[in-house]
Amino acid sequence: MKRFLVGLVVILMLATSVAFGADTPKYGGTLIFGRGGDAVGLDPADVTDGESTRVTEMIFEGLVGFKGETTDIVPVLATSWNISKDGKVWTFKLRKGVKFHDGTPFNAEAVKFSFDRQFDKNNPYYKFGKWEYAEFALDALQKVEVVDDYTVRFTLKYPFSPFLANLAMFSCAIVSPTAVKKYEADFFKNPVGTGPFKFVEWTQKDKIVLEANQDYWGGRPYLDKLIFRVIPDNSVRWLELQKGTIDAMDGINPDDIPAIKQDPNVTFYQVPALNICYLAMNVEKKPFDNVYVRKAINYAINKKAIVDAFYKGIGIVAKNPIPPNMMGYNDKIADYEYNPEKAKELLARAGYPNGFETTLWAPPIPRVYIPQPTKVAEAIQSDLAKVGIKAKIVTYDWGTYLQKTRSGEHDMAILGWGSDNGDPDNTIYVLLDKDNAKKGVASNIAFYKNDKLHDILIKAQQVSSIPARKRLYEAAQEIIKADAPWVTLAHTSYIAATRKYVKDFVLPAIGAIKFTRVWLDK
Amino acid sequence: MYNYILRRLLIVIPVMIGVSAVVFFLIRSIPGDPALILLGEHSNPEALAKVRAQLGLDKPIIIQFFYFLFNMARGDFGRSFITNEVVIKEISIHFPATLELTLFSMLIGSVVGLFLGVTASTHRNSIIDYITTTISVAGISMPVFWLGLIVIILFSIRLPIFPISGRLDPTISFKGPTGLIVLDSIIRGNFKVFKDAFYHLVLPSFCLGTIPLASIARMTRSSMLEILNQDFIRTAKAKGLPNRKVIYVHALRNALIPVVTVIGLQFGALLGGAVLTETIFAWPGIGRLSVEAINARDYPVIQGCIIFFAFIFVFINLIVDILYAFIDPRIRYE
Repeated sequence: MKRFLVGLVVILMLATSVAFGADTPKYGGTLIFGRGGDAVGLDPADVTDGESTRVTEMIFEGLVGFKGETTDIVPVLATSWNISKDGKVWTFKLRKGVKFHDGTPFNAEAVKFSFDRQFDKNNPYYKFGKWEYAEFALDALQKVEVVDDYTVRFTLKYPFSPFLANLAMFSCAIVSPTAVKKYEADFFKNPVGTGPFKFVEWTQKDKIVLEANQDYWGGRPYLDKLIFRVIPDNSVRWLELQKGTIDAMDGINPDDIPAIKQDPNVTFYQVPALNICYLAMNVEKKPFDNVYVRKAINYAINKKAIVDAFYKGIGIVAKNPIPPNMMGYNDKIADYEYNPEKAKELLARAGYPNGFETTLWAPPIPRVYIPQPTKVAEAIQSDLAKVGIKAKIVTYDWGTYLQKTRSGEHDMAILGWGSDNGDPDNTIYVLLDKDNAKKGVASNIAFYKNDKLHDILIKAQQVSSIPARKRLYEAAQEIIKADAPWVTLAHTSYIAATRKYVKDFVLPAIGAIKFTRVWLDK
Repeated sequence: MYNYILRRLLIVIPVMIGVSAVVFFLIRSIPGDPALILLGEHSNPEALAKVRAQLGLDKPIIIQFFYFLFNMARGDFGRSFITNEVVIKEISIHFPATLELTLFSMLIGSVVGLFLGVTASTHRNSIIDYITTTISVAGISMPVFWLGLIVIILFSIRLPIFPISGRLDPTISFKGPTGLIVLDSIIRGNFKVFKDAFYHLVLPSFCLGTIPLASIARMTRSSMLEILNQDFIRTAKAKGLPNRKVIYVHALRNALIPVVTVIGLQFGALLGGAVLTETIFAWPGIGRLSVEAINARDYPVIQGCIIFFAFIFVFINLIVDILYAFIDPRIRYE
């Protein structure tokens, strides 16, 4: 009996330890992440591309950040903040006892320095960067002041609620002033922040090596090393993952998804990305000034067929300009269904019973929101032909395409947008407000202008209550649907794959993959 | 001879200035605004104006050209629009990778190409001739992105002998004086790195080597056929020299001049970087650098790369010309 009991205890202990072993994170190991392109630079405020920011977000942190898979804002290097009644003065309390990787203490001076070098032309380090995102992220910012060592005050030119979301963006990360002063123009390859990983080495177009920051204020990451490897060809990268010479990857060929899902050694991840692909109709040109024509085109295009055929499981049909996982999404809106008969009817009512001739512009290169632009354009062309609209497909090289659509040279154009900060303002206001419909520099390439919508969007920038903002954006989406300046085509997902032993790997809705809590079960 | 080399080197200067001018104006005539490409969908007018000013693109083009010439004369090609890295540094980082790959590919291409060419010429119109011709035609016509995947699947996946891609195991941290990892690992006496780097070189060199291999084999064959019909070969054979000696010493040496020209041209072309091979095998070479720079309209990097390629080409042609004199002592440069 005693032997039996001892045996039972041993078995129980073994069983729990196995279960325990599977759930308890282990320290150690190197994770190699394969990706298609190299970082451009590692100065968080001087880059715009995802390949750079996914590395900088491991090295640097901002005052606030995005929580896990959501666009919720959580404290990071700040511990709390308050906003003055007029919405113009934002005071942040900072986390104490944090050090940059070079030993420099993190304090209010470092925060002020990180912002000043981006937007204060008199700052001696302003000349070392292009600060591409400062115009956007810090447009509302007037000045940053040090109140005491751990308190910093931001004064805005006008009340602007999305400023908090902007502070969570990669470009508002806090950098080591010591390192910036030491490396000047070469800071981009000698990055020093407060983040969970420290920079070790960068072999351009080949690999970037990071190592665990043992002194990280949030506890050291589980991984000892994190290596980002550039493997430009999607098929070759997938072969490397199959062989186990890399541990995780993104940039998957849609055609490889079924094989990846079947591979017993690999885990597949998918999360909706905060983007939109749309067909903008230039309302300043005939016949798109007529709302019946715009609605007719909405009814004429079979969006589901397009998404099924050319997005290969990574897309969903869009009915609003913002994706379903973004704050303020209005799910009550009914989309225009695919109905060519109704389209013909509306065309007749608009005075075009036999259709018309027009141009359909399509991007020359795949973008995140449109993997196969030419195919999508051809499908739209054939849908339109069925209701009598003869659309000629037009395309230019990417730079020219952007330039010409901004100048309003197109009749209809396909374009898209990825959210910068997860706030609906950054999609709806940027792409559909009259403020952004100036010829030559328009981001609203439908040149759609509605004063009522404008009032709503400006109000939504000024109020800071989240429920109030949600209601405003819901109303905005109704107006947009009714006026139909766009055909909202698709939202895409972000997909990735890892070896089975990679644990607690989470794809974020916005920003970079956080490797802080990732561990290897091998 | 030294005078000749000096004169040839001096010619480089006007060539460089000419190339610079052509490159400068040609790349600016391609549509596409670098600032707009840099900022993408998210650009706004203020940001565009600021970036253009910072890149110096707001000045008249002719002023930009003189700035460029003036800086170039001081050896300053500027900094990349995109990465902000010094252009000369960018080239010096990526060129050794390409040089290493080129040297191995040319070694494979020349040795195998010469052998196939000679064999084909001595077995003219036989089955061996047809086989070697087929190999060389296949070498020219097989697309590298296809061949690359095939050899990876065969020799890295099915038979796991060689690594799939890259220059070195990513967990190894190694830096040497020349940037040619194989050479550096020998200098440092690091056998582990040498072996790893060598294994990484095999598949890409083989794939890239098929291109020069084909031209070298065809040129060797036709040049040999011409020589083999000449009187001195019959004399050598009549003297009772062994066949191998007749072919590889008497005939091949005389057939080499056009072959060396082809080798030189191919070598120069490969040094310009082989974009497809570098892409498939994740090789961080100058081909990817220059193509990515063209796509991004990164003017300083494109200018730097093209001027560098022009220099390499002139330099290799000079070497080839000098080699002529060694191969055929009747050629003298006065």
